[in-house]
Amino acid sequence: MTTFPWLTTLMVVPLVGSIVVALLPKARTLLAKQIALVVSVATLVLTVLMALQFVGDSVEPFQFVESHPWIPAFGISYSVGVDGIGLVLVALAATLVPIVVLAGWNDVDDSRGSVKGYFALILVLETLMIGVFSATDVFLFYVFFEVMLIPVYFMIGRYGGPQRSYAAVKFLLYSLVGGLFMLASLIGLYVVSAQMTGTGTFDFLTLAGLDIDEGVQKMLFLGFFFAFAVKAPLWPFHTWLPDAAAESKAGTSVLLLGVLDKVGTFGMIRYCLPIFPAASNFYAPVVIGMALIGIFYGAFVALSQNDMKRLFAYSSMSHFGFITLGIFVFTSVGQSGSVVYMVAHGLSTAALFLTAGFLMSRYHGSSQISDYAGVNKTAPVLAGFFMIAALSSLALPGMISFVGEFLVLLGAFERYMWVGALATLGIVITAAYVLRLYQRSMTGPLKPELEGMPDLGGREITALVPIAALTIVLGLFPAPLLNVINPAVDRVMTSIGATDPAPTLTGAALEQPNLPAEGTEQ
Amino acid sequence: MTELMPAEGVFSLMWLLIALPLAGAAVLLFGGRRTNTWGPYLAILTVGSSAVIGILMLLGMMQNSPEQRSIGQTLFTWVFVGDFSADMAFQLDQLSIVFVLLITVVGTLIHIYSLGYMAHDHDKRKFFGYLNLFVAAMLLLVLANNYLLLYVGWEGVGLASYLLISFWQIKPSAAAAGKKAFIINRVGDVGLSLAIMLMFVTFGSVGFQDVFGVAGQASEGTLTAIGLLLLLAACGKSAQFPLQAWLLDAMEGPTPVSALIHAATMVTAGVYLIVRSNVIFTAAEWAAIAVIVVGMITIWMGAIIGSAKDDIKKSLAGSTMSQIGYMIMAAGLGPIGYVFAIFHLLMHGVFKAGLFLGAGSVMHGMNDNVNMRRYGALRPLMLITSTTFIICYLAIIGIPPFDGFFSKDDIIHASFERSPIIGVLAMLAAGLTGFYMTRMVAMTFFGKARWEDDVHPHESPKVMTIPLIILAIGATFGGLSLVYWGNIETWLEPVTGIETIELAVPAWVFELTTLVLVIIGAVIGWMTYARREVPVEAPRGSWLTRAARKDLYGDAVNDVLVVQPTFYASRWLVWFDNKGVDGFVNGSAAFIGGLSGRMRRYQTGFVRSYALSMVGGAVLVVLALVLVRAS
Repeated sequence: MTTFPWLTTLMVVPLVGSIVVALLPKARTLLAKQIALVVSVATLVLTVLMALQFVGDSVEPFQFVESHPWIPAFGISYSVGVDGIGLVLVALAATLVPIVVLAGWNDVDDSRGSVKGYFALILVLETLMIGVFSATDVFLFYVFFEVMLIPVYFMIGRYGGPQRSYAAVKFLLYSLVGGLFMLASLIGLYVVSAQMTGTGTFDFLTLAGLDIDEGVQKMLFLGFFFAFAVKAPLWPFHTWLPDAAAESKAGTSVLLLGVLDKVGTFGMIRYCLPIFPAASNFYAPVVIGMALIGIFYGAFVALSQNDMKRLFAYSSMSHFGFITLGIFVFTSVGQSGSVVYMVAHGLSTAALFLTAGFLMSRYHGSSQISDYAGVNKTAPVLAGFFMIAALSSLALPGMISFVGEFLVLLGAFERYMWVGALATLGIVITAAYVLRLYQRSMTGPLKPELEGMPDLGGREITALVPIAALTIVLGLFPAPLLNVINPAVDRVMTSIGATDPAPTLTGAALEQPNLPAEGTEQ
Repeated sequence: MTELMPAEGVFSLMWLLIALPLAGAAVLLFGGRRTNTWGPYLAILTVGSSAVIGILMLLGMMQNSPEQRSIGQTLFTWVFVGDFSADMAFQLDQLSIVFVLLITVVGTLIHIYSLGYMAHDHDKRKFFGYLNLFVAAMLLLVLANNYLLLYVGWEGVGLASYLLISFWQIKPSAAAAGKKAFIINRVGDVGLSLAIMLMFVTFGSVGFQDVFGVAGQASEGTLTAIGLLLLLAACGKSAQFPLQAWLLDAMEGPTPVSALIHAATMVTAGVYLIVRSNVIFTAAEWAAIAVIVVGMITIWMGAIIGSAKDDIKKSLAGSTMSQIGYMIMAAGLGPIGYVFAIFHLLMHGVFKAGLFLGAGSVMHGMNDNVNMRRYGALRPLMLITSTTFIICYLAIIGIPPFDGFFSKDDIIHASFERSPIIGVLAMLAAGLTGFYMTRMVAMTFFGKARWEDDVHPHESPKVMTIPLIILAIGATFGGLSLVYWGNIETWLEPVTGIETIELAVPAWVFELTTLVLVIIGAVIGWMTYARREVPVEAPRGSWLTRAARKDLYGDAVNDVLVVQPTFYASRWLVWFDNKGVDGFVNGSAAFIGGLSGRMRRYQTGFVRSYALSMVGGAVLVVLALVLVRAS
């Protein structure tokens, strides 16, 4: 195991970049963008280098571990490290940031806030996103979790649409309330750890190893879960999301829905389940119910939206329902599926928001679907990417979103047949709202107002190609994800004491299946 | 269950069958305008090469003994979590090779035909890209060695179908038709998804070899459930009742698409699925009965719709539904029917492709008019088209020695082996086929000319007529050669099993009766539409005709039962979300802090207070921690 402080480096690079960008003279907007791009690409390169050294089947729960005392009096330390789940989400963040920088190149030129400010905020957000996924000290996680709100608040509130203030405050309020509940639980957790071990700690592995009294677990679970359910967001804590998405710049939305909201589902699988196993089991039926409602509620509401960004927000809510469902059915198939789904949703959301953003930037920034028609005729490349994004969103087999969605549904079906069967019906409505959106905006006769609308340019295509390529390549070859996710999920399964249901037919009949793989291996 | 042989020699190229057209699609679709000139030829080359590889593989298989004709090729493990795993792996056996040849050979002919048909379309490149994508996906569907990978091909052909139906998407009707096809197919996909899940939960695997090896040990209830779910999937893809409504609208696509996807290959995927899963259906009697019922309903629905439509393509689409109904029904008969389902599928693939391409050739000469009431007397002007069309017509209605005679007759005979009721219904429908196909031929090629003013009918270019000629030759000799030269029954037997039940009545009686019924139907059709004047405006017709023109109210039923309730629920939830959930939250926010009114004014002030609350929170934490430490 290398001793190079990979994760700290990953956080420091964008932070330094952010400071440099922020210190630039206000007029040097191009330089600010260039620095932001170089720094974020450098961070991505570092992330890839780190990921290549990750050992898939390591016995260590976390890799690239660093730990330094921070407030030793309270057992708080700066401890970071990633398992497979953290790794893929760090990688997702590091992949999307340069894409967002490139895609949002001209997005804030006319905004109220300064151009350099926007890019500095993106970079500082990258630091925080990497931090939140790699913290192994629960207090450190909480700090990242809360501080993250500030750059996002400004990204919405300063650079957003007409209702930006309302949306930004709503976002902040929701998150703040969620965070306060988590804080209360956090303190409680510390108290419990102090009682049980003599010295209070926030170290994740120590906390996960405690055998906390079930009643206490049930209380503390709620604080964490509430914060995560707001963040993810689960029904009925979702109403901040459509407003935030509708008022944000496309790039902000990508980071918000594509990465930040994953902190919610990440928190559930990383913190709620291992630290509060008994409570997780106890609340699972309720959570599954909320997830199911969310799947259909989000999809049905998305069906009637006339605002693209709100449609994407509700569709995300539906997808978060799937992700949460996969986590709380306690099967390794479901949980691995959820983590794959998180990555897939990050990619599909990015593709949707960015393509829609490019479209809107060509027509007064309008996000009303009814303002567009027949775009395919004048901008076929844009329409093509929109189609790929749409297919990725509806989880077309062959794309990575299908692997995630199918595994989630299979994992649910394995545990509760009827839950899985019901959730599977969601795939029809998803197809309906996604294709309806495409049909209304891209097909039919071209609207006269859109005559001469330019197609995507080189910069825009460059931003979209990596997303489309990852969506398809990972869909056909998801092994790089599954190899690192599966061992991490196995640990989660062990920590909650769950085992996968065995097939109905077991025994001698299945001991020696005719595996075509053997003997036909090339 | 036979062991799979390793893929050696020519069989090691199995993955290339799929990879070639897939690469063609990628080059054409991502290559942009620079591929405009040579792209279509590349597309033909990739499909043609796959066809050549397919033929070589067939020859290779014929050299092996029947037990050694199942060949497997594993590329890598595709999806794996816990106990679940699905490989990127292919299985070529007697069943899949039949499909491989149908897809690649008919596919190549249709690609060539499209050169002429789409010559003036400025998006020709995309069209060929989509066609290549379709061929790749369809080959994946029939070559996959497990259900999850099959699903990728299954949905891939659905995607290609969607893209091609709405190819002329500037027409709102085409865009709507494509979407409709995709969504209805998604309903079928729910069935396929759940079937796969149930298989995994039951057998611990989704691979064909694993599942079929132990299927017999599962409870009949489970097998019936899997069978019904697979049937649902098949109904979607093969446009069988009750998921039939998309196929007629799918005729919005360019005619070569109707020929390749919506007649010869993709819509037969449901038949493939059922026959491939024959172990399950053989063991689940009620699922098999459901298959028969669905097939029989669709045979009649399709034939009735086909008899009433004046749009030549829609009439052919009705006929496709009906013919696939025959195949599905045959597949439900069990081992007495599987082989004949595939036999008819092959024959149908050839003659229906010929009919659709012929219809396209007629439209080509008639300014793209599809209304048969505006055709008439075209035979002398389109000699090749009309001759090939008539040959394929004789094949579909089952006149010996054309190919449909052999396959349809086998199905009818097998239905009698199963039950006289099924047999009689299948036989009567053959008479109806004779009627509606004669009607089509009479209205198009015979009678009086009823052309619109500016129409100058002419024969199509060679690039279009040569594929027609080849298909007509296939329709003439295909059946004969598969019965007398290379027996399809013994060929498929290792995969599907075969069984015959001795009937008291000799086979020729059924053949003769069917033939008589067909001729009666044809004569009625001829008397009505060739000997009498065909009005240019459709007469009002009987209630059945009117219902058939409206696709037997398929859309209306879907609308009332599904579409309208969905949108009603959707709108209600939007209202609820704004007024209910959000209203409650905003209301309570206002109540707690009076915030919603002041938000805009105090924006910056609010941030300050947020910072303050953070500090306050931090203080609280520290305080709490100190207290804990102190205690």
